[in-house]
Amino acid sequence: MKKMNRRTKVLIFTIIMALIIIAAYIAGALIPDSAVEADFTCIKQPPSLKHPFGTDALGRDLFLRTLKGISVSMTIGIVASLISAVVAVLIGVAAATGSKKVDAVINWIIDLVMGVPHTVLVILISFAFGRGLKGLLIGVAATHWCSLARLIRSEVMQLRSQQYIAVSRRLGKSSGWILTHHLLPHLVPQFFVGLVLMFPHAILHEASISFLGYGLPPEQPAIGIILSESMKYISSGMWWTAVFPGIVLVLIVLLIDRLGDNLRMIIDPYSAQE
Amino acid sequence: MESKYDSLLEIHDLSVSFKMYDKALEQTDLQVISDLHLTVRPGEIVAVAGSSGSGKSLLASAILGILPGNATVGGHLHYKGLELTPERQINLRGTEIALIPQSVAYLDPLMKVGKQADGHKKPYPTEKRRGLFKRFGLPEKTENLYPFQLSGGMARRVLVSTALITDAELIIADEPTPGMSLDQALEALKMFRELANEGKAIILITHDIDLAFEFADRVAVFYAGTTVEVADTEDFRRGPEYLRHPYSKALWNALPQNGFKPIDGFQPYAGNLPTGCLFNPRCPYATVECRMKTPPVTRIRGGEVRCFHAT
Amino acid sequence: MTGTAARLAKIFLRYGFKIITLLLAVSIVSFVLVSASPVDPVQQYILSLGTTVSDEQRAEIEEYWGVNEAPVERYFNWLSSLLKGDFGTSLLYRRPVIDIIGERFVNSLALMLCAWVFSGIIGFALGCVMGMYKDRLADSIIKKICYVLSSIPTFWLGLLFLLVFAVILGWFPIGFSTPIGVQESDVSIWQRLHHLVLPALTLSLMSFANIALHTRQKLIDVLSSEYVLFARARGESKWEIFKRHGFRNILLPAITLQFASFAELFGGSVLAENVFSYPGLGSAVSAAGLNSDLPLLLGVTLFSALFVCVGNMIANLLYGLIDPQIKEAQE
Repeated sequence: MKKMNRRTKVLIFTIIMALIIIAAYIAGALIPDSAVEADFTCIKQPPSLKHPFGTDALGRDLFLRTLKGISVSMTIGIVASLISAVVAVLIGVAAATGSKKVDAVINWIIDLVMGVPHTVLVILISFAFGRGLKGLLIGVAATHWCSLARLIRSEVMQLRSQQYIAVSRRLGKSSGWILTHHLLPHLVPQFFVGLVLMFPHAILHEASISFLGYGLPPEQPAIGIILSESMKYISSGMWWTAVFPGIVLVLIVLLIDRLGDNLRMIIDPYSAQE
Repeated sequence: MESKYDSLLEIHDLSVSFKMYDKALEQTDLQVISDLHLTVRPGEIVAVAGSSGSGKSLLASAILGILPGNATVGGHLHYKGLELTPERQINLRGTEIALIPQSVAYLDPLMKVGKQADGHKKPYPTEKRRGLFKRFGLPEKTENLYPFQLSGGMARRVLVSTALITDAELIIADEPTPGMSLDQALEALKMFRELANEGKAIILITHDIDLAFEFADRVAVFYAGTTVEVADTEDFRRGPEYLRHPYSKALWNALPQNGFKPIDGFQPYAGNLPTGCLFNPRCPYATVECRMKTPPVTRIRGGEVRCFHAT
Repeated sequence: MTGTAARLAKIFLRYGFKIITLLLAVSIVSFVLVSASPVDPVQQYILSLGTTVSDEQRAEIEEYWGVNEAPVERYFNWLSSLLKGDFGTSLLYRRPVIDIIGERFVNSLALMLCAWVFSGIIGFALGCVMGMYKDRLADSIIKKICYVLSSIPTFWLGLLFLLVFAVILGWFPIGFSTPIGVQESDVSIWQRLHHLVLPALTLSLMSFANIALHTRQKLIDVLSSEYVLFARARGESKWEIFKRHGFRNILLPAITLQFASFAELFGGSVLAENVFSYPGLGSAVSAAGLNSDLPLLLGVTLFSALFVCVGNMIANLLYGLIDPQIKEAQE
């Protein structure tokens, strides 16, 4: 085999990472509720071959529960970051193409969202929606769009000042035509990279907020809830309830984060090159 | 003044290339300087002329050993008869070899210029520097200004001072005069001449060819990263028929006072260099030989030239 | 110097105005959010009393909460009491919100300040090391640590510390800011510090990756600048370059970033305080949300916004005070 070039290497790594993430997600989603039901015959068991992550105080297998939990957290993460990324594009484009006033108002809104600690803001939003899944989704989505919106705004500003767009305008093309033919093709890669980079943050936020007791009901094994439950038991020495689910969460977040970075490198090698 | 060495600095077959990543993250080598030669003797001012992109400024970095990490240097550099190794470069720069950089961007934006001109070596030569500033007509308060507060001309004079404050035997001045008034430029060049008379050598990198003619002893013409001709300044003053390389002649003809006649085409970009003589695509005399082989350095009428057809 | 004073006063005024408008907006947004909640504050209040109430009492409470008023009117009533310094009474703690905030802010401040200083110094130092040894072993190891740390949720790191240092090793207490069963006035400074170590360590480790990576990039930018190239040409060694140019040019951006990161700091402290049952603002706000303690929730939200704004203002003031380029532009 010939020496691989860097792009191929990055590409292969990226695909492997994506496959691991997807495999974990599907595995978690396929686990039936019955597999993680309480089983009082084997409560508080440390890790063993039968229960690689041990069992919790209700005798539930922590390995399966963690997989299921990570899959729930990933679903929430991807939906929240998808909403957030769409909002970011809309707001970013609006700020760049709208009047000065629109831009100022949007800037001010961004200042506002950045002005309240996100954990506090998500608590407020979650409270407003009655502490359910909906509140959690909206809360996480509402706090993640700012930096991508700023990026999109400056990207569009830069594109707008370019020659070929001015030429299109001279030729009498409408704003909508220019938007779909010139701007969007440039924004699509930005959107995807922004989305993937937002994803790990959204998962972390979701886990944190669930941990605090907002968001999903305790029966739903979101990863934050598993860890929140573990807190009650670690003083009695059930270390495995906190350690393994956390490691899985960190690994998944790290994988997605690196994946996003690699994607950026593939799409825009100049900005990623140091 | 007599010197122990025939030449202070000798450069043969210098090449510089950069490792770059292209869009496919594929590594490529970008050749920016090739087969470059130059000799500088004590007591002379050698002007290096050429348009931007001809490798003038990189030459300065190569001599000082401050090229970026992805650069590969080939060929031979000799200083005072000994090979100029990286270790020697580290010892010599700032002491025996000094650089006058081209713009205010080479000054730390957050450091007052007086402190900056003094340099890092203790004891700080503050008195000497004040004298230099005075000679250049810089007001006394200049030393307490930050670089962004300087006018273009003031910045140049500060930059020139940074070199003159050292006891360097070789000064490489990279475009030292633009932005200075004529008087200031003349003052700076007069000081270069004084230094040369003391036995020091100055490499004057410039695209202001008039200035080079006025003050240099010899002129080296660069094109696309190589030396095409080195001639006495006298030859340039006398006219194109005294020059040897077609590019030097074209350069002469393109001067405003000589009719402003430009030649067709563009200097090739690094990474896109022609084979053979680098000038052949634009040369009216180019033959098959010129397209196949790189012409060697030949001595003709006391000058050096890289051209098969030079007479 | 009067020039400097006048200039700072101008920035101060501009920021003061900005902070006031921003806080007003935060008060409106949070009031709207809280009003939109399906949670009934009257019902919550009655529940929290723990006794049954008569219809008359209920009407009285409704009157107090202004349930029958229009939301706009209710907002202005709330705002005017705020302006008088009346933040209401916490349902959860049965005390004026302002007192709770004041008391708990001291605890939170101790925690955040430790983490802030510690993460700032460590992060800056590691960023310098990475920048100076770019692409070498030290750089790639520290960089990987930073990536991993930024993928770790604060609360989980806290759990791990709790597990290792408090449960297994028993070096530190499991929670709270003071030993249980000891009078507040009898608690020594050492006992307080002892309780502070783990939460502060958790919070610092969560924050230093950001500043380290930022400093690394800044230093790399500085080292590849033309003025550093010239410094090398003048014979300055790597260390001299760092001392003379690197440090000077990266310190201010790092300090500014650190001041601008008050929002993340506060957010992190909410999680750290919850893990360690540390009685600060962070544990108060999550408890307020969970127990529908509206006055406390709104009060802490406003206070946290003020805290973030002050951080941003200091960041901007610092730039105006220290950076000669901006200083000149403003004069």
